[in-house]
Amino acid sequence: MLGANPIESLTSGFLLNLELFAVTLLLALPLGLIITFCSMSRFKPLKWITKVFIWVIRGTPLMLQLFVVLYAPGLLFGIPMSSRFTAAVIAFVINYAAYFSEIYRGGIESISVGQYEAGKVLGMTRSQIFFKVVLLQVVKRIVPPMSNEIITLTKDTALARVIGIGEIIMSAERFTKMGLIWPLFSTALYFLVFVGVLSLLFGWVEKKMDYFRV
Amino acid sequence: MAILEVNNLKKNFGNLEVLKGIDFSLEKGESLAMIGASGSGKTTLLRCLNFLERPTSGQIRVNEKVVFDGADARTLSEAEIRKNRLHFGLVFQSFNLFPQYTVLKNCTLAKELMAKERPDFKTNKKQILDEIKTEGEAVLASVGLQEKMDYYPHQLSGGQQQRVAIARALMLQPDILCFDEPTSALDPELTGEVLKVIRGLADKKTTMVIVTHEMQFARDVSDKVLFLDKGMVAEYGSPEQVFEHPKEERTRQFLERYFEQ
Repeated sequence: MLGANPIESLTSGFLLNLELFAVTLLLALPLGLIITFCSMSRFKPLKWITKVFIWVIRGTPLMLQLFVVLYAPGLLFGIPMSSRFTAAVIAFVINYAAYFSEIYRGGIESISVGQYEAGKVLGMTRSQIFFKVVLLQVVKRIVPPMSNEIITLTKDTALARVIGIGEIIMSAERFTKMGLIWPLFSTALYFLVFVGVLSLLFGWVEKKMDYFRV
Repeated sequence: MAILEVNNLKKNFGNLEVLKGIDFSLEKGESLAMIGASGSGKTTLLRCLNFLERPTSGQIRVNEKVVFDGADARTLSEAEIRKNRLHFGLVFQSFNLFPQYTVLKNCTLAKELMAKERPDFKTNKKQILDEIKTEGEAVLASVGLQEKMDYYPHQLSGGQQQRVAIARALMLQPDILCFDEPTSALDPELTGEVLKVIRGLADKKTTMVIVTHEMQFARDVSDKVLFLDKGMVAEYGSPEQVFEHPKEERTRQFLERYFEQ
C-alpha cells in the first residue's frame, strides 16, 4: 500500500467515502421521516423522547458519536462491533437522520392548514391528504435545505478516518508522512467534482418542480 | 321538509363561548346568507357544519338524519366523520387549491380517490376515470373555465382560482354548499365574477350557506338572512325583513355601518 501510486490510493480511498455517503443517504432519508412523525406525535411521551434524542444527536460531535458506536457495544454489552465500516454507517445514519427529520418537520409544518382542511372537506383520509396533497409540496420546499445537508454529508464522510476507515484523507496523510504533500491537497478535487455533480442534480430537481408554486 | 336543521349548537374554545346556542333551518333549494361582524361566530358555525370544529353541544340534522349530536358521548370514527362531511361542501376564503395539480385534477382528485374504494374499480378502471374526467370538464364549463383546465392554480387570477374552488366543491354534489367569505381575499374588480357564479347556483336552486360581507349581494341572492351577533342569532328572516325592517337595534346599527361606507 505504501508503495502504491498516490492517484490509485486516493481513488480507492474516495470510493469508501462514496460508499459511506450512499449507504448513509439510503438509510437516513427514510429513517428521518420516521423520526419526524415521532417528533410530531400527539402522544406526548414519544414526542418528548424524540426531542431529547434529536437534542443529544445534534448537541454532540459526530466524531464522538463515531467512537461511541464503535466502542460502546463491546464495552457495555460485551458484543464488539462487527466492523469499523458498520460502526461508521450506524453513526452517520443516526446523525443525519436526526438532522433530516428536522428539515422534514419544518417542511411539513410550513404547509398551510388550509391544504389539510381542503382535503378533509373533500372527504379524503388522513393518509390520502398526506401522500396526495401535502407530500409533493413538502418535497419542493425542502429541496434547498436538503441539498445543503447532503453536500455537507459528502465532506463529513472524511471524518470516518478517526475510527480507522481508510477513506481519502487518511490515504493522503500516509503520503504526507512520507514527505509527499500534493496528494493531500489534491483530495479537494475529488470532493469538488462530486459536489459539482450533486449541485447539478439538485438544480435539475428544483427545475423539475418549477411547474407549481407553494 | 328541512334539508338542514341546527338545534341549540354551542361551541367553546376553552373558556371562550363562540357560539351560544344557534338554531336555524334551511329548506332544500334555499340559500342562506350569514352576516355579522368579525368575531361574531360566522366562520366557526360554518366550520362546525363541515366538521372542521367539533361543536361543544347541540344537534345538526341533514335530511332528518342526525349527523352530529352533542349528547352522544361516543366519538365518531374518522370514516363516519368523512361520510357525514360529504353532505356539505365548503369553499374557503383563501381558495386552498392544490398547487401541484392542474385545474381539472383539482376537481377530479377527491372523486378519483373515492372511486378506488369501489369494488368494480379494478375491472372498470379506465371507464370510471373517463367518466370522472368528463364530469370534471362539465363542472368547469359550468363556472366558465373549461379552457383553463390544464393550467396550474398559480397561473390563474384570484377570481378564477375561487371559481375552480367552487367547481371542485360542486364535483362531489354536496347537499349543502357552504361559502366562507368567498370574495374577501379578492381584489374588488374580481369579486363580480365569483358572485356571478354563486348567483347562477342560486338560480339553479342549489342549497347554500354563504358567509359574506357583501350586503347587496346577500340581499339580492339569499332566501333567508341570518344575522349573528356575539355568538347568537340576533335576527333571522327573509332579506326584506332583515334588511328593511330589522327587529333588533343591533341589526340596524350593523347595517347602517355597512351601508354608510
